[in-house]
Amino acid sequence: MITIPYLTAVSTYFSYGLLFAFGQLRDYSRRIFDWWSTNNLHGYAPICLAHEDFYIRRLYHRIQDCFGRPISSAPDAWVDVVERRTTKSTRCLNLGSYNYLGFGSYDEYCTPLVIDSLKKFSPSTCSSRVDAGTTSVHAELEECVAKYVGKPAAIVTGMGYATNSAIIPVLIGKGGLIISDSLNHTSIVNGARGSGATIRVFQHNTPAHLERVLKEQIAEGQPRTHRPWKKIIVVVEGIYSMEGEICQLPEIVSICKKYKAYVYLDEAHSIGAIGKTGRGVCELLGVDTADVDIMMGTFTKSFGSCGGYIAGSKDLIQYLKYHCPAHLYATSISTPSAQQIISAIKVILGEDGSNRGAQKLARIRENSNFFRAELQKMGFEVLGDNDSPVMPIMLYNPAKIPAFSRECLRENVAVVVVGFPATPLLLARARICISASHSREDLIKALQVISKAGDLTGIKYFPAAPKKQEEVKDTIKLD
Amino acid sequence: MFGLLVLFFFSYRFLTFKILVVVKFESQSFASPLLWANDISCSKSTRISSNSLAALCSIHRAKMDTNLVEMFRAGLNWVTMALDAPSARVVLFGVRIQWHIFVEVLLGFVIVILLSQKSYKPPKRPLTEQEIDELCDEWVPEPLIPPITEDMMHEPPVLESAAGPHTTVNGKDVVNFASANYLGLIGHQKLLESCTSALEKYGVGSCGPRGFYGTIDVHLDCETRISKFLSTPDTILYSYGLSTMFSTIPCFCKKGDIIVADEGVHWGIQNGLQLSRSTIVYFKHNDMDSLRSTLEKIMTKNKRSKNLRRYIVAEAVYQNSGQIAPLDEIVKLKEKYKFRVILDESNSFGVLGRSGRGLAEHHGVPIEKIDVVTAAMGHALATEGGFCTGNARIIDYQRLSSSGYVFSASLPPYLASAAITAIDVIDQNPELLVKMKHNIALLWKGLKDIKGMSLASDPESPIVFLKLEKSSGSTKEDLLLLEKMADRALKEDSLLVVSSKKSFLDKCRLPVGIKLLVSAGHSESDLVKVSESLKRLASELLL
Repeated sequence: MITIPYLTAVSTYFSYGLLFAFGQLRDYSRRIFDWWSTNNLHGYAPICLAHEDFYIRRLYHRIQDCFGRPISSAPDAWVDVVERRTTKSTRCLNLGSYNYLGFGSYDEYCTPLVIDSLKKFSPSTCSSRVDAGTTSVHAELEECVAKYVGKPAAIVTGMGYATNSAIIPVLIGKGGLIISDSLNHTSIVNGARGSGATIRVFQHNTPAHLERVLKEQIAEGQPRTHRPWKKIIVVVEGIYSMEGEICQLPEIVSICKKYKAYVYLDEAHSIGAIGKTGRGVCELLGVDTADVDIMMGTFTKSFGSCGGYIAGSKDLIQYLKYHCPAHLYATSISTPSAQQIISAIKVILGEDGSNRGAQKLARIRENSNFFRAELQKMGFEVLGDNDSPVMPIMLYNPAKIPAFSRECLRENVAVVVVGFPATPLLLARARICISASHSREDLIKALQVISKAGDLTGIKYFPAAPKKQEEVKDTIKLD
Repeated sequence: MFGLLVLFFFSYRFLTFKILVVVKFESQSFASPLLWANDISCSKSTRISSNSLAALCSIHRAKMDTNLVEMFRAGLNWVTMALDAPSARVVLFGVRIQWHIFVEVLLGFVIVILLSQKSYKPPKRPLTEQEIDELCDEWVPEPLIPPITEDMMHEPPVLESAAGPHTTVNGKDVVNFASANYLGLIGHQKLLESCTSALEKYGVGSCGPRGFYGTIDVHLDCETRISKFLSTPDTILYSYGLSTMFSTIPCFCKKGDIIVADEGVHWGIQNGLQLSRSTIVYFKHNDMDSLRSTLEKIMTKNKRSKNLRRYIVAEAVYQNSGQIAPLDEIVKLKEKYKFRVILDESNSFGVLGRSGRGLAEHHGVPIEKIDVVTAAMGHALATEGGFCTGNARIIDYQRLSSSGYVFSASLPPYLASAAITAIDVIDQNPELLVKMKHNIALLWKGLKDIKGMSLASDPESPIVFLKLEKSSGSTKEDLLLLEKMADRALKEDSLLVVSSKKSFLDKCRLPVGIKLLVSAGHSESDLVKVSESLKRLASELLL
């Protein structure tokens, strides 16, 4: 849990209060001006009520230039960030894209194969998987993914977000219970809501609380009628993207086995990025994949493609293929993207004949651990566990969000800052994503820039490590 | 109980006071007429003979009344003295202690005791730890999925080449009526070139959501191109066709709003409606009278709220039946009843209208009258993803509140560049549309007299839908029959057709049948072949 220093909390509340007051003042004066101008929406209710998008208009639009920065090159380690409304672009170090293994740009093995498959199969099949959208590449992809993840079978859809929204309603309906981590992603929340099952939340990454909630719920049964639950599914994520923490999977799996609940693991960020051979959080923590009932993941992050998958037993996948709406009604995943995933998996496993995959995995682990240690030594408040390539740096104060982002951009480092509503109101942060294509020099430059920006904005909440240790580390770095 | 006591206490106080006063007053009132009568009788002694009887009677009556009052007063005095006796002549704090003080003090004590007791609640007995453990041990969950049946094991055909009008399945050349490749752009040379250059420059994926360095310049170019093509102010691009509708609708429709939707909309729209938690009213499929009466009913019921938003949701060309929505009538109704229209133009973008600009051009309606237009690009444009067009306010709002846009990675850049090239091709080659329309007309001619099925779609829609005339009663049986028909068409005649498929999550209850998706790339012989084959199979399997 993040504990916020008292003074920082007070100043953050004060800043938000000030922004809110100014926003209301502007709204009020806008209402006076609008009262004079004509409005051709007579009889229609306004499409967004004033209070619904107050946050967007008065707080977010002030710092709009920190978000949605367009780029004009591949999302690699160095990227061309475009200045809006001009054609000028600056080459910046990319610390924001989810490019964990460096497959996000032209790759010497993958891209020629992708171009071949494009010429053979064209960008889209214009049809759903059950009609005429299954090509030989799709069949190969599903086998490949199943083997990689360690399950008997897999099903692939064209978008990670839609995978959760379309699969959870098929597995559970009214009369079932979904227990999800309090910091789960919006796609899981949407899928759970769409299913009609009852939803309960347990404290983030706390297996003891999960056990308490499970016992209570099984004993009580369904609300009001107290009938026993039809089934219970516990939804957790491998790496939580806003905290960088790895989930405590062994404890959670043992609890779920004891109480006969099903485990649904969402490995959007962890597949391909952690574990000795990149097989995700199960490999890292030593959990047998047969214990996790449903394993879900996306290909956007580590494989440089698009789409999502679900892996499970053969029966489960067959059932999903018969009923899942994303399989029956939506256009199948684009064939060149599918080919990219197959090639990326082959590189990771070393089946392309080189050891680039092993090198990439080792490099991302080294890079993440080095970067995290350095940041902590400098006195930043960095969240997340060791080995996780996602590193949030706490900012807290709303004024520091644009300050940090713009300062870094001035020095040609592109970072991502996140505030409300993706995070709680007080806990704004800057999120760093390390890639295997970052070299040591890139990381050192990034550290210098971040340190300078951190000094300017005053976010070094912890005391820095003593100087003596830093000098010793310096000599090792130069090696 | 306590209340009754308090009531009694206060009423007692009130009544005793009143009774004493009344008694005194009564006794006085009895006394004064007596005196008055006596005076009169004394003064008027001369006329005693005329009034003597009356006076005697009254005196006699007065005497009797006096006796009664005297008795009552005597009784009351006796009671008072008896009660006062213990505390007679005691003065405490300047107040003479009388008997009623004791009664009041007693009542006060009783009230205090009752207040201090806890009210009766049935005792709560929470489950003990042991009981909870027992319940947890006894509980048996349902299996995660129901047992697999034979019909679930059906495998779809696996293509070995591009899904154009002719494709390869199992080494055989097959005519493909199952891809929504309406203008034949699959395999088009220009598309492949632009995709190749995009792949070499940008790689495959975009590695991030739109807000965090996932916005690539081709996305922005694509959005401007679509806006220019449709002459709308702004466009927003989504990364998946199905997610376009179920992200747009919850963005604008919140709890309490009213949505009138067609009963034949596809699953993406149904999911969006469910996620929005608004009140949903369905009207009969493509029936304008039903729509009119539904709107009437809603407007007469809910005149009150100014902040209530009202929407009509329809598809331009329905995926489940091939019908075309009569947009001019919908717009007339919308303006009359002040509703907003959300239109899904997935199957009509690039197909309907003289230059392919969709349903608005087809019906001659200016596109500003439609509030929100969405479309999936996986149909005529031969690429993936979706977009939404409308005025600047609507699009701007979606950039921060639409969950499928904000929380999901953006469209791979090569697909966006494919979309731009596809729109350029449509603009420069209007003869593709003419060819497609010609093919549809030919197919209609060929399938006019098919037995056991009837053409249920609109003559101008690229989805030619043959619905089963006689249903066997259960949807499952119908679906199995249609699947058998499609399988035989593939095996015997090398034809890929679409048989209706239904997930149990889909709430649409329209009739099922065989769908043929006509493309501009089909030749006349293909169309003749498919009509012959279907007529033969229908006569064999359906009669």
